[in-house]
Amino acid sequence: MARVVVDVMLKPEILDPQGQAVQRALPRLGFEGISDVRQGKRFELEVDGPVDEAALARIHDLAESFLANTVIEDFTVKVEEVAEAAK
Amino acid sequence: MSRTPLDTVEHAAATPDVELPWAELGLKKDEYERVVEILGRRPTGAELAMYSVMWSEHCSYKSSKVHLRQFGEKAPQSDALLVGIGENAGVVDVGQGYAVTFKVESHNHPSYVEPYQGAATGVGGIVRDIIAMGARPVAVVDPLRFGAADHPDTKRVLPGVVAGIGGYGNCLGLPNIGGEVVFDACYQGNPLVNAGAIGVMRHEDIHLAKASGAGNKVILYGARTGGDGIGGASILASETFDDAKPSKRPAVQVGDPFQEKLLIECTLEAFKEKLVVGIQDLGAAGLSCATSELASNGSGGMRVTLDDVPLRDSTLSPEEILMSESQERMCAVVEPEKVDRFLEICEKWDVIATVIGEVTDGDRLEIFWHGGKIVDVDPRTVAHDGPVYERPYARPSWQDELQADDANKLPRPTTSDELKQQVLKLVSSPNQASKKWITSQYDHFVQGNTVLAQPEDSGMIRIDEKTGLGVAIATDGNGRYAKLDPYTGAQLALSEAYRNVATTGAKPLAVSDCLNFGSPEDPAVMWQFAEAIRGLADACQQLGTPVTGGNVSLYNQTGEVAIHPTPVVAVLGVIDDVARRTPVAFQEEGQLLYLLGDTREEFGGSAWSQVVHDHLGGLPPKVDLERERLLAEILISASRDGMIDSAHDLSDGGLIQAVVESALLGGKGARLIVPDGLDAFTFLFSESAGRAVVAVPRSEEVRFNDMCGARGLPVTRIGVVDGDTVELQGEFELTLDELRTAHEGTVPGLFA
Amino acid sequence: MTARIGVVTFPGSLDDRDTQRAIRLAGAEPVALWHKDRDLHQVDAVVLPGGFSYGDYLRAGAISRFSPVMETVIEQAKAGLPVLGICNGFQILTEAHLLPGGMLGNDHLHFICRDQKLRVENTSSAWTVDYSAGQEIHIPLKNMDGRYVADEYTLDKLEAEGRVAFRYVDFNPNGSLRDIAGITNEAGNVVGLMPHPEHAVEPLIGSGRTDGLPFFTSILKKLVNA
Repeated sequence: MARVVVDVMLKPEILDPQGQAVQRALPRLGFEGISDVRQGKRFELEVDGPVDEAALARIHDLAESFLANTVIEDFTVKVEEVAEAAK
Repeated sequence: MSRTPLDTVEHAAATPDVELPWAELGLKKDEYERVVEILGRRPTGAELAMYSVMWSEHCSYKSSKVHLRQFGEKAPQSDALLVGIGENAGVVDVGQGYAVTFKVESHNHPSYVEPYQGAATGVGGIVRDIIAMGARPVAVVDPLRFGAADHPDTKRVLPGVVAGIGGYGNCLGLPNIGGEVVFDACYQGNPLVNAGAIGVMRHEDIHLAKASGAGNKVILYGARTGGDGIGGASILASETFDDAKPSKRPAVQVGDPFQEKLLIECTLEAFKEKLVVGIQDLGAAGLSCATSELASNGSGGMRVTLDDVPLRDSTLSPEEILMSESQERMCAVVEPEKVDRFLEICEKWDVIATVIGEVTDGDRLEIFWHGGKIVDVDPRTVAHDGPVYERPYARPSWQDELQADDANKLPRPTTSDELKQQVLKLVSSPNQASKKWITSQYDHFVQGNTVLAQPEDSGMIRIDEKTGLGVAIATDGNGRYAKLDPYTGAQLALSEAYRNVATTGAKPLAVSDCLNFGSPEDPAVMWQFAEAIRGLADACQQLGTPVTGGNVSLYNQTGEVAIHPTPVVAVLGVIDDVARRTPVAFQEEGQLLYLLGDTREEFGGSAWSQVVHDHLGGLPPKVDLERERLLAEILISASRDGMIDSAHDLSDGGLIQAVVESALLGGKGARLIVPDGLDAFTFLFSESAGRAVVAVPRSEEVRFNDMCGARGLPVTRIGVVDGDTVELQGEFELTLDELRTAHEGTVPGLFA
Repeated sequence: MTARIGVVTFPGSLDDRDTQRAIRLAGAEPVALWHKDRDLHQVDAVVLPGGFSYGDYLRAGAISRFSPVMETVIEQAKAGLPVLGICNGFQILTEAHLLPGGMLGNDHLHFICRDQKLRVENTSSAWTVDYSAGQEIHIPLKNMDGRYVADEYTLDKLEAEGRVAFRYVDFNPNGSLRDIAGITNEAGNVVGLMPHPEHAVEPLIGSGRTDGLPFFTSILKKLVNA
């Protein structure tokens, strides 16, 4: 068992009003020195069986065709091992 | 509670000395003793969960019941009433074979804790009440009250509540057509988030919450059950928050409007195929409420296997499953041969549906878990025989002093310029300012039948495309008036909603109410409550509009300080042809403006006294119900016969507020003349009840005057629709641009 | 014989019945289509209605785009079947790549409902022939995710090819690039827009105007003359 994480972010050139709203609130809350905030989505996929290249390729396709809309969004795929003890 | 061994009925009988956490679950000692007496043994943990949640203030109305009876005892004869108080919502005959169900409910405390989800699930709950009657929901309305507009916490609560109502209601496809937004420091920490809904059905489609016919199956469908709002009904909704005990704030339920939309479509399809014997939505008290109410309203008993309830969290105990307030769930009773078809429809809509039990011959509600019987009760004792309190009440000692502090004696403007400045101050004050920034976050077009929506006097929906038959709804309440005199305040709330419905051309038929008050344990609050109900019941009787249902919300207070008594009244009306509706906006220049009704020096509780003097004292405006009835008849006749082109009721803010709104909405100004016998100040700002301003085309002038004269309604010509200013002759002139900036800038300035 | 126009109901579609009514008022025959059914039942055109299909979860229109009915709609749209996407339907069309660009949350972060002024810029598409070029109309708008975005190249191309069908006038309600309210595909058979023409087809109801009716009379004319 492993967890694969797909992070989806708006492309850098696309306006992110949610991120901007968060950033505007920061000084009010006393957090200084943060020059930009962008908000994205995180998908955690619990994968049965080994996360080999073939499995990752399938997840990559899934992310590209469904989890992200590549017209407006970029994505990354990474494997996150899950400690057996936690299961 | 120990889970081993399972606390079955048998185990409870064998271990009478086991201590149960009845106090933590919100039961009083004598209430717990009453449970033991009913059962003849100690309750099991599951039974205790059910009793505690069903006997909470929120579910049992134990403090309010003795007063609420007046709505039944004083109910006027009404041919329109098809289903009255006691069901999920009342049902009214609106003609042509159509029936309309409507109700207003509160979701106050949850909306303070988590504004977005609290408000969203409030919409979800009231809509399920409407579906449970067999109706297709056609519109929602949201009367809202917040703390001071410029208080920092209002900036947290209001945008969240508005986004929650929009986020849920818009996603369900229900036009939001009315409601109110009121600011007052008394609601700081206790915002009032009331939600109303209307549904339409044919007479033969009315469904009731009852389980009849031994062998019929009980089907739970909709969302899976999770740990949402466990104990919410008994703890969250009934007691004041106590900062010392954060554990008393359980997780607020989270709504899924998409699931609810599927639930609506799937339920209506099942109704259409006549698959449902009885139905109940799962709201406060979840399965405890649904099973005990269905069983106690039917002819038999019920057996439920709790193991069959689909769970979102497999670690839930049976007690938690019974108390869970997970949203978007319903319970239907279906004949065995129709179960397959029912499940098929659910599958079509991707709704999870499970048979969890059946109706039995006996009169017991029995619930099983892992093979053991954990509940064996007479369902009536859970659902209907809760405690009834005769709480002490007494007119508070400060009431006389408050009433003696006469607002009519406040300093009035002495120059034309001062008068003008006060007009600007009034129309730009948060309560009187345009709420467009809020209402534009609600969809009011969806379903394609919206004839009128806010800021019109009432929302109006067409229900038959061919004939144009429509219904109108208005909600009103004025806590300031009710604080000065709760009896009169409640009657003024009814009068205003009644008048608002008539102003749009619809005939008022029936009433639903949401009664928001402080702690019933305070005799002063209890007096306000008793007086308000007495006033409302008396007025409903006189106006011939029965109360069909509603909701009571108590404990709206922080420490010793209660909110203003705030009865919110919804009036439902019917109009034969929506093409005859009357809008607020001025339609054409040159039309004559008439003031209907009598204007007196009445400033107690007025918007003027609040905005200009930050004052609350004296007596509220006088109520004359016969005058309200006459005014309504005139407005309806004038609308039907095409004698008026626009109309606006006069209420808070008085005449000038109404004229400014009609002018801005129509984009046409007005020239006003102070009538004989009145001074300019009283003319503009008085809040005398039983009044409206109408615009009459010149061709109808004689006919309109003759009608008012023949029926004895005072009518005064006060000016003409004209130009791009609002002018009071000899006093001042304000351009529409100036007024628009003042009126529309306030709310976005505060919250955008 | 009149034209048969299909209206797809997805789970969470809201304006499907309203769209059927608008089609009826225009004189065509509305046909209800179901998202799980690949069969388009020989309709002459398809409307993807407004709403919150699948709750707008993931992205507006992203899940519906993969429904069985859309497989056929995509295939036939490429072959010339007239398709109109309104609001959520527009979002589905961009997710399905039948129209370029994408839809994001309104720049002010609120749902917005208003009677919106638009300028008609393309009167040759299947859904706009009954308008005149440059005509200004009022159509109700109500959405959360109405911000049209595309890269500069795509935007320039849309402009150059006259494929910006509608533009917001006086007020841009959601931050859409170049005030774009609606676009067409190259062939002009597929049109998507955020405002709701089906809510402007009867006097008294909704906005009280009938500025949206030409959408439905346009397609009727096109189909009956074809």
